[in-house]
Amino acid sequence: MAAHLKKRVYEEFTKVVQQQQEEIATKKLRLTKPSKSAALHIDLCKATSPADALQYLLQFARKPVEAESVEGVVRILLEHYYKENDPSVRLKIASLLGLLSKTAGFSPDCIMDDAINILQNEKSHQVLAQLLDTLLAIGTKLPDNQAIQMRLVDVACKHLTDTSHGVRNKCLQLLGNLGSLEKSVTKDAEGLAVRDVQKIIGDYFSDQDPRVRTAAIKAMLQLHERGLKLYQTIYTQACKLLSDDYEQVRSAAVQLIWVVSQLYPESIVPIPSSNEEIRLVDDAFGKICHMVSDGSWVVRVQASKLLGSMEQVSSHFLEQTLDKKLMSDLRRKRTAHERAKELYTSGEFSSGRKWGDDAPKEEVDTGAVNLIESGACGAFVHGLEDEMYEVRIAAVEALCMLAQSSPSFAEKCLDFLVDMFNDEIEEVRLQSIHTMRKISNNITLREDQLDTVLAVLEDSSRDIREALHELLCCTNVSTKEGIHLALVELLKNLTKYPTDRDSIWKCLKFLGSRHPTLVLPLVPELLSTHPFFDTAEPDMDDPAYIAVLVLIFNAAKTCPTMPALFSDHTFRHYAYLRDSLSHLVPALRLPGRKLVSSALSPNIMPHEDPSHQFLQQSLERVYSLQHLDPQGTQELLEFTIRDLQRLGELQSELAGVADFSATYLRCQLLLIKALQEKLWNVAAPLYLKQSDLASAAAKQIMEETYKMEFMYSGVENKQVVIIHHMRLQAKALQLIVTARTARGVDPLFGMCEKFLQEVDFFQRCFIADLPHLQDSFVDKLLDLMPRLMTSKPAEVVKILHTMLRQSTFLHLPLPEQIHKASATIIEPAGESDNPLRFTSGLVVALDVDATLEHVQDPQSTVKVQVSYPDGQAQMIHPKPADFRNPGPGRHRLITQVYLSHTAWTEPCQVEVRLLLAYNSSSRIPKSPWIEGGEMSSQVETSIEGTIPFSKSVKVYIMPKPARR
Amino acid sequence: MPEIRVTPLGAGQDVGRSCILVSIAGKNVMLDCGMHMGFSDDRRFPDFSYITRSGRLTDFLDCVIISHFHLDHCGALPYFSEMVGYDGPIYMTQPTQAICPILLEDYRKIAVDKKGEANFFTSQMIKDCMKKVVAVHLHQTVQVDDELEIKAYYAGHVLGAAMFQIKVGSESVVYTGDYNMTPDRHLGAAWIDKCRPNLLITESTYATTIRDSKRCRERDFLKKVHETVERGGKVLIPVFALGRAQELCILLETFWERMDLKAPIYFSTGLTEKANHYYKLFIPWTNQKIRKTFVQRNMFEFKHIKAFDRAFADSPGPMVVFATPGMLHAGQSLQIFRKWAGNEKNMVIMPGYCVQGTVGHKILSGQRKLEMEGRQVLEVKMQVEYMSFSAHADAKGIMQLVGQAEPENVLLVHGEAKKMEFLKQKIEQEFRVSCYMPANGETVTLPTSPSIPVGISLGLLKREMAQGLLPDAKKPRLLHGTLIMKDSNFRLVSSEQALKELGLAEHQLRFTCRVHLHDTRKEQETAVRVYSHLKSVLKDHCVQHLPDGSVTVESILIQAAAHSEDPGTKVLLVSWTYQDEELGSYLTSLLKKGLPQAS
Repeated sequence: MAAHLKKRVYEEFTKVVQQQQEEIATKKLRLTKPSKSAALHIDLCKATSPADALQYLLQFARKPVEAESVEGVVRILLEHYYKENDPSVRLKIASLLGLLSKTAGFSPDCIMDDAINILQNEKSHQVLAQLLDTLLAIGTKLPDNQAIQMRLVDVACKHLTDTSHGVRNKCLQLLGNLGSLEKSVTKDAEGLAVRDVQKIIGDYFSDQDPRVRTAAIKAMLQLHERGLKLYQTIYTQACKLLSDDYEQVRSAAVQLIWVVSQLYPESIVPIPSSNEEIRLVDDAFGKICHMVSDGSWVVRVQASKLLGSMEQVSSHFLEQTLDKKLMSDLRRKRTAHERAKELYTSGEFSSGRKWGDDAPKEEVDTGAVNLIESGACGAFVHGLEDEMYEVRIAAVEALCMLAQSSPSFAEKCLDFLVDMFNDEIEEVRLQSIHTMRKISNNITLREDQLDTVLAVLEDSSRDIREALHELLCCTNVSTKEGIHLALVELLKNLTKYPTDRDSIWKCLKFLGSRHPTLVLPLVPELLSTHPFFDTAEPDMDDPAYIAVLVLIFNAAKTCPTMPALFSDHTFRHYAYLRDSLSHLVPALRLPGRKLVSSALSPNIMPHEDPSHQFLQQSLERVYSLQHLDPQGTQELLEFTIRDLQRLGELQSELAGVADFSATYLRCQLLLIKALQEKLWNVAAPLYLKQSDLASAAAKQIMEETYKMEFMYSGVENKQVVIIHHMRLQAKALQLIVTARTARGVDPLFGMCEKFLQEVDFFQRCFIADLPHLQDSFVDKLLDLMPRLMTSKPAEVVKILHTMLRQSTFLHLPLPEQIHKASATIIEPAGESDNPLRFTSGLVVALDVDATLEHVQDPQSTVKVQVSYPDGQAQMIHPKPADFRNPGPGRHRLITQVYLSHTAWTEPCQVEVRLLLAYNSSSRIPKSPWIEGGEMSSQVETSIEGTIPFSKSVKVYIMPKPARR
Repeated sequence: MPEIRVTPLGAGQDVGRSCILVSIAGKNVMLDCGMHMGFSDDRRFPDFSYITRSGRLTDFLDCVIISHFHLDHCGALPYFSEMVGYDGPIYMTQPTQAICPILLEDYRKIAVDKKGEANFFTSQMIKDCMKKVVAVHLHQTVQVDDELEIKAYYAGHVLGAAMFQIKVGSESVVYTGDYNMTPDRHLGAAWIDKCRPNLLITESTYATTIRDSKRCRERDFLKKVHETVERGGKVLIPVFALGRAQELCILLETFWERMDLKAPIYFSTGLTEKANHYYKLFIPWTNQKIRKTFVQRNMFEFKHIKAFDRAFADSPGPMVVFATPGMLHAGQSLQIFRKWAGNEKNMVIMPGYCVQGTVGHKILSGQRKLEMEGRQVLEVKMQVEYMSFSAHADAKGIMQLVGQAEPENVLLVHGEAKKMEFLKQKIEQEFRVSCYMPANGETVTLPTSPSIPVGISLGLLKREMAQGLLPDAKKPRLLHGTLIMKDSNFRLVSSEQALKELGLAEHQLRFTCRVHLHDTRKEQETAVRVYSHLKSVLKDHCVQHLPDGSVTVESILIQAAAHSEDPGTKVLLVSWTYQDEELGSYLTSLLKKGLPQAS
């Protein structure tokens, strides 16, 4: 809908331009504008009752007003305002004034005087509040005008004593948004009284109305956001608000305390009722920790979230958050975590089931036990076992952030994170697994912790298992038993959920390469070799056996002694796996065998890399050889394309760049070839047949340009210009070819017009980049634009033709980071010989699992296509929830596709593939005069075309006729 | 002096048979009516003769409130209402109302049918008693009569457990019943708003304990059960049919499902189906997770947990059995315990608190040889584990609740005296409120100072508000008005209105004062001098010099006249109304100091 609207707006706009040239329609356009305010005036005068007037105003508010006519409208509204007795109409007018003053291109300073004026005479509180809101809109529109801001602040201060909370709220909001930042400025401003905005706002922290208190704190936060340095004295005020009766006040107060603690982390504050002093950030940390056990969950979430970003807090306080100081019957008791740790360090592996294992130990001094004001004590313990999962997630996130900045804390919080793996809500489990992964470089898992972690592998949720695999990829395990345990559990997982195969293999790959020395002693056992006897050769196709081999081979990469333990068949299997699963099995230095490829040195920076240099050079060569004879150019292009493609295959990190440039060169090559065609030299009617080649070339170039534009991530605007330019050339080519072949002039008219529109569109979109396109096709085209507009189609075609031939080859600047979008369908694998049987007319669900690389915004662009043998093709839009984001640039699509068809006589294959949908208009910057959210939202969803970007997979299906 | 009186008939420095009498502003309320598990004689019920001495129960009590369905909180209810005789309303939440009769019936069966006790309440009495119950919703304010109102808050602990606020006028008492501040697998955490009651009566079962995180506890429990089952042993978990049992069931059920275990889990009593039925029904009373997912699958529809048959106890192989009652003092759990106690592979897990005198308490305190009925000695070889799954708030939780409610006084019940002592000291120290811990039968009297609401007319309020500029919470504001006391209600109105209402004419009251000034000049000149002096001193008052020669400051009139005897002395006549007393007296004192010498 919005896309339509947008298009229509463009269309109308262009139409108007054309009309301007043909007839004198300018007057017509101008007439409509003043009529708007006039109409409003007439309407308002007509209105007999306030209800009527309100209706007119509401109607009027639905349509936007152009910047030029705003002032007129405002005058009329104000005029009516003075006359109006009904507060609701005045309210609407006031809100309209605010809306209008936001109009782009309108400077609202002229209506400020009036607004302040009417404010002074207003009696209704609601209207007053609305007027203040309008003033706020005006004030924010004029951020540079000090005098106006001062005046507005003055007005706000005056109305602060109003009895209505709404008015006070707005006043405070106004102060927060406009209160001057520096005192010195205030003094300059024409002798207006110096007002200390912070002091004024601070006074309202103790207002009787909680809404006003909240507004005051919010205003203070607003001041902070605008760069005003808050005073430290606010801290004590804010601390008092923490015990407010109302949750919104407490929630805002927590924020304020956090802000102050970030501003003055090192200041010293006294601890009440003692002589000690502590750092402010520590004190604030303790206070916010206390709020984690607040009565309202909104406050708890807020507090837990903020804890995460308080990195300056001293480690002593930080570690307290995990310590609850247990006691039982007044005797100190160790937590289960401490006991587990002790058990582990004492070397006992079986959990010694001693009676009174958790019996409390030493007596606690009753005086020293502090039950409530223990500051940070146990804050996270509370947060992590909160009733609301929102709080738990916030606490896990906070733990993650704090642990990333403090390794010792990371070590300590491990037990708690591991415990969270057993949470009842999947989202929390997932979040804690992710958190653990993020801090995994700081920690080493103990065996008992690993045990708990691995228990989660049996979870029925695929996301959880895969997250756990990811976690295991980057964990450090301390013992060989740990590795063994992990392997056993992973194999158990594999038998239980065979679909996890790839993820498990990958996990074992990293596990092996991270712990070569721990794997070494396990090798004989894992391969079940025997010192004297030959054992049976395991089945090569067994996924579990492959999993074991992946672990061993990856460990062997950095452990040269390991291959000595292999038996003969292991070497054979190695050779096989190295070929079939090369991404999982590394190259090994095996005795008696040559290393297949010499060791790559991955440390070279991309720019020093010879292959990168090669790429640069070959591209430069192409760009420099502009004016060679066509034959030479063509050959050079062909060679370069070939080189680039091969380079892309060899060097995966350069694949994106190489492919991108190769595609561009191919387009150029096609263009040159098409223009070299003999058909151009001969009279049109004779070469009907050969023209196929040229039009095919044009079509292909179009396709390639779409690929270039939408299939690569990291394409910047300067590349888009070149791509669009290439597409324009292709369109020109198409036009010429059609002109040559088509009979009659009528279709040509339309095409010509369309083409010229395209040129116009190009010019409008890329006006900033035009200077870079010196001497190019479009540059020349724009020069001749006026002439083209008036020429006949035949003439246009002729001009285009010559220009195309003369046009130079534009240099394509290479973007910094460019990656080609790609997708691999993991499932269905397309290997099955057993057809999927279902009753015709009903549906069968096909699980599709695919990984997507470098796809931007996959939720809206990636589609699944199913083509049936009868040529029917369906496009399926996966749900946004079907996409997961396991890492930067990577996405995972796990969805179900519903197939259905009429009955077949025998099973047949359908093809499933992924498509990338694109819409070229979504890239265009929004024009400023189409504002309003509802119009733009639809633009992204409409599809202009699709590019297939995965290999298609065949699925054997068999719709059976329904039995009756 | 109005006062609140609290007398625990049970649960005073004791756990078991909660029963607390509260008198607040002339209303008498009984909180809970429980029985004691450890006794089977008269001591099991509270001593109602304390009340009946002075007459019938119904005449004395305005209402009875039951916090939750545990027998130590509602077990004596049929005895109390049918046998002793009480006809007033009994308030409880709906889940409690639904589940309470099941438990009472079960208790009656054990007492009458098994132990053969006579003079016990009958099924009919339970039914009759339940007819007197009025159901209360969470956060619903129920008017018991014109003055007494009660309100329920969520308490966690068990399904339908509630804390009650009892309020008469501006005086209020909050009774927590049993509550839990940490959420568990099936219930949420207790919550109360800042209601600032005069008295908070809180349980204190775990007054001296700070518990470990519940996750460790859960993991520990699962690990113990899992290990025993893997070894081929049998696990006995004595529970009360309702409450902890459901939490542990959910825990084991989800664990079984996740780990794909095959060992059977049984629930020992016929109560289960009925009870679980109610758990399925009262979803709004459960925790966030169950509330959010019950549409897909109701967590209380167990897949792995089956009903227990007596014959199963002897069948070989591992199994987990939940059996009632929870303290191993009678019934099926004790039977199974006797069968399994001899095998060291087996395990009994006590998931909660055990009252002194029960078998559970004995084995937990390490006793390995038990004397059973009929002089048998039972040797306990099986492993005995204690897991604190008891859903009571720990010391930290109690403090948290006290912090949330901000009471003026705290009273501890439902705990052991020694432990209460510690908590009492902590509460007094950290909240600076007084804390009491009466024993059974001991009365605590709290004087209260009830606030008396006074209506103020809007006009007066607005007028007074308009005078001050900025709001300042720290400064008390002086307000002039007239207090009218009429038909036991109080109103503050402006004096004009008061006069009008009372039909009185206004009398002007003026103070006059003569100040002698030594001044030789003429009266007019003196007046001018006074004028200029006052003008310079009183900058923010309106000082005027009137044409007739007098000076006014606001409404205070000053006239200068020559002294009749001594022409060198002028007499200043200062006159003011009583409203301007402050300014007037200030002026006189100022004038008495004399005028500055004209320069």
